[in-house]
Amino acid sequence: MPTQTDSASPSTLDSVVIRFCGDSGDGMQLTGGQFTTTTALVGNDFATFPDFPAEIRAPKGTTFGVSGFQLQFSSTDVYTPGDRVNAMVAMNPAGFKVNIDDVEPGGIVIVNEDEFTKGNLSKCGYPPGYNPLEDEHLNTTYQIIRVPMSRLTKESLADSGMGAKDIARCKNMFALGIVYWLYDRPMDATIQHLTRTFAEKKNKPELAEVNIKALESGYFFGETAELFPSRYRVPPAAKEPGTYRRISGNEATVLGLVTAARKAGKQLTYASYPITPASNIIHGLSHQKRFGIKTVQSEDEIAAVCTAIGAAFAGDLAVTGSSGPGIALKGEALGLAVMLELPLVVVNVQRAGPSTGMPTKTEQADLLQAMFGRHGECPMIVLAPRSPADCFDMAIEAVRLATRHMCPVLYLSDGYIANGAEPWKVPDQSTIPAIEVTHPSAADFTDAEGNLEFLAYKRDPETLARPWVIPGTEGLEHRVGSLEKEEDTGNVSYDPDNHQRMTELRAEKVARAADSIPPLEVLGEPEGDVLVLGWGGTYGSITTAVRQLQSEGKPVSAAHLRYLNPMPSNTEEVLRSFKRVVIPEINMGQLSMLIRSRYLIDTVGINLVRGKPFTVETLVARIAEVIES
Amino acid sequence: MSESSTGQSNGTHEANGAALPQYTAKDFTTDQEVRWCPGCGDYAVLAAVRKALPDLAIRKEDYVFVSGIGCAARFPYYMETYGMHSVHGRSLAVATGVKVANPGMKVCVVSGDGDLLSIGVGHTVHTMRRNVDLSIILLNNRIYGLTKGQYSPTSEQGKVTASTPVGSVDFPLNPIAIAAAADCGFIARAIDVDLKRLDPVLKRALNHRGTSFVEVYQDCNIFNHKAWFYASQKHTMPEHTVWCEHGKPLVFGADNNKGIRLNDSHPEVIELGGEFSAADCLVHDETDRNLVSIYARMNHPDFPEPMGVLYADPSRPTYEELVHRQVEQQVEGKGEPDDGDLQALITGHESWTVE
Repeated sequence: MPTQTDSASPSTLDSVVIRFCGDSGDGMQLTGGQFTTTTALVGNDFATFPDFPAEIRAPKGTTFGVSGFQLQFSSTDVYTPGDRVNAMVAMNPAGFKVNIDDVEPGGIVIVNEDEFTKGNLSKCGYPPGYNPLEDEHLNTTYQIIRVPMSRLTKESLADSGMGAKDIARCKNMFALGIVYWLYDRPMDATIQHLTRTFAEKKNKPELAEVNIKALESGYFFGETAELFPSRYRVPPAAKEPGTYRRISGNEATVLGLVTAARKAGKQLTYASYPITPASNIIHGLSHQKRFGIKTVQSEDEIAAVCTAIGAAFAGDLAVTGSSGPGIALKGEALGLAVMLELPLVVVNVQRAGPSTGMPTKTEQADLLQAMFGRHGECPMIVLAPRSPADCFDMAIEAVRLATRHMCPVLYLSDGYIANGAEPWKVPDQSTIPAIEVTHPSAADFTDAEGNLEFLAYKRDPETLARPWVIPGTEGLEHRVGSLEKEEDTGNVSYDPDNHQRMTELRAEKVARAADSIPPLEVLGEPEGDVLVLGWGGTYGSITTAVRQLQSEGKPVSAAHLRYLNPMPSNTEEVLRSFKRVVIPEINMGQLSMLIRSRYLIDTVGINLVRGKPFTVETLVARIAEVIES
Repeated sequence: MSESSTGQSNGTHEANGAALPQYTAKDFTTDQEVRWCPGCGDYAVLAAVRKALPDLAIRKEDYVFVSGIGCAARFPYYMETYGMHSVHGRSLAVATGVKVANPGMKVCVVSGDGDLLSIGVGHTVHTMRRNVDLSIILLNNRIYGLTKGQYSPTSEQGKVTASTPVGSVDFPLNPIAIAAAADCGFIARAIDVDLKRLDPVLKRALNHRGTSFVEVYQDCNIFNHKAWFYASQKHTMPEHTVWCEHGKPLVFGADNNKGIRLNDSHPEVIELGGEFSAADCLVHDETDRNLVSIYARMNHPDFPEPMGVLYADPSRPTYEELVHRQVEQQVEGKGEPDDGDLQALITGHESWTVE
């Protein structure tokens, strides 16, 4: 706990975890997003965790309608949105009830006390006559700060001429104002955002005005009300020089795909069917038509993947995106893409399953689906970005590998990194290599005597890719299809030896992708007792936990797979350099199963499927158990 | 020489400088042995399509034939053009992707009633309502042939098949009604053995801009032989079909002695020569959207079944045209993007600098 000081001179903290929570209609995602933007501009490192229900507007005041936004901001590097909450803003009793246990003892809890009415307390299941704000134990455990936000917002906007409903909607900005004051943050970026959104885009300057007024009122209230013993300041993080922006995983996927299209000198078709948490990829791409991005909102998941396959056949970069349930529907067509040997990127923003599961909650349980979720021997390249910003690089990688080897690539993001945001050092686009794509013409298959011999399945000896000859190319008319292909010619074949050979070739082609992917890196000692092996979106939690254990002198290293199929060539070597391999995954042991079967190396799994990212605390404790066992 | 692609790879025949070769049906014939059963109606349609293409003023390399699964879906393997035999029911979704990527291609989908009206009926409806510029040739034999004879969504109720030994209980679906309901811009019907009239119908369908749909009554002589005999034979055709020609009255019968008139909006069969003459008959207007809905309800045995081009509206913009127009408008408004624009996009509006 920081020491108390005069409120005029803020005390300095290294790092703060703050959580905004309230009803799903209270604008918590917007509030959290604004705090993040400001935090980014102030120069802190940060990581965010938006956590919201699937229901757009669940019944007001219920615990299942609670929407939350957590953010860790720091003057040093952070990789996770943090475990224990240092400060919480609860806009209603349901938010308070659901989230209070995550607040550290002594933590600040700012509540909108106007919402703690008898009716609202009962709606979220508190017993009759009980008000947590009056609970002695809670008041000694936390610094509960009661602010009549609804009333103060209303009073500050009394002269605005706006209706009660519009005024009530401004209370999130009032709350944000208080927090800006508490953490000594400027209001400019949010004022600009409100002006842009309401005054410029929606042409409702009066809404901009009341929201800005509420924000300022909250800020001045913080300053004058003397509710807080202290203000806090988190100095900027020491980052390497450069231009930075805040980025979420889905935003980075969009930018990566646009960049890949430009680097390949091609148009890109993205076909998808709306699904949480992948939908904002099509939203984002649909704004980039100028870069030759065409988006097709298909009638269903199967149509989406098939339209992408048709686009690939005709020469576009082709991408389809979905989440687990949609990927299940696409399964048959993915087999077609494997058979056709056409480049295709398939984005799976994983969510908690099975079935509809928990659509807005994260999980990593589609790894084996990505590996094996199709009939027949049907290998695909599988990639998994490790953080929001990494989605940019891996989306480009997905396009590069799909076109290099002429095959579909599965890209496994997840709900956590898709919606979570972090600062990103913006790359200089000129440093991103071009993606070489060629569409041969008849001349490429014509010998000196003028004889044309074109074989649609004749492979590049290095990559095993077949030529990407596109319709419209004179003299190279050919048919592709879902039936087994004869080697080289691509004609239909039921020959037993041919099927064996083609099955092996399709697998070998995927395996050869290992030739152009980076080796697996180890964080810490390159050999020793315990290696923590992760994949995909758990990178932040694992890295933080392992660094913490290392700083305590524990014999532990970490490695993180971004390429799941094929794995980097040195994977076995890395694994065999350690006595024990611990694999934390947000599933019941899928990477463990792959590692055991592929390398005959035993693993210790840390497997939690709670719809949430791992907390560092959990990982530290569980890894320490293994180290000490 | 390999050509590194830059942006849109278009292969329209207009863009291709060289004069259009004069093709024959043989130019569209592959070296693959056709593997349909002897006597299958598909042969006639294959021959008709191969014959129709040389008159279309389109380069061979600009055709793409796409199919799903089923006997009819082997079609692309026999066409010396670009082609894809995809998976069951999905041909139209694939074809949509081909057009979105490269609108310059002439795309034709050939598949059966199981493929286009059962497992793939959703795509059929959505392709039509989007008006993707492609031709759909539905080879309707009212049976699943490749899986050895189960009833299909167009089989009549009570159909005894391998899977329905005491007769199917479900009602059939009417392809023309589906096309009309989905606002398909070109709807036609023809019969496999009636080559004289199949050819011009196919040619018009292939020349239509937007989604064109041709239902072909096709005989599966193994599992559903004679299913269409009521309409396809020399002695049955005049009595049980009525040829629809734009601007002409709907007259039928071996002696042209019968006609169709509208009583309010209800069609009825009238005898000509006595009380009624051809002047009393409904005059076919292929631009009248309402008529096609009426034709869809004229079914055997109560009515002669309407044949020919039942509806044609070439005025609607096509899907891929609108998709590309949006791209072009962005480029016209803001200019071709350059590297600086890409950098600006990646950097975003709210970046900050660390010195």
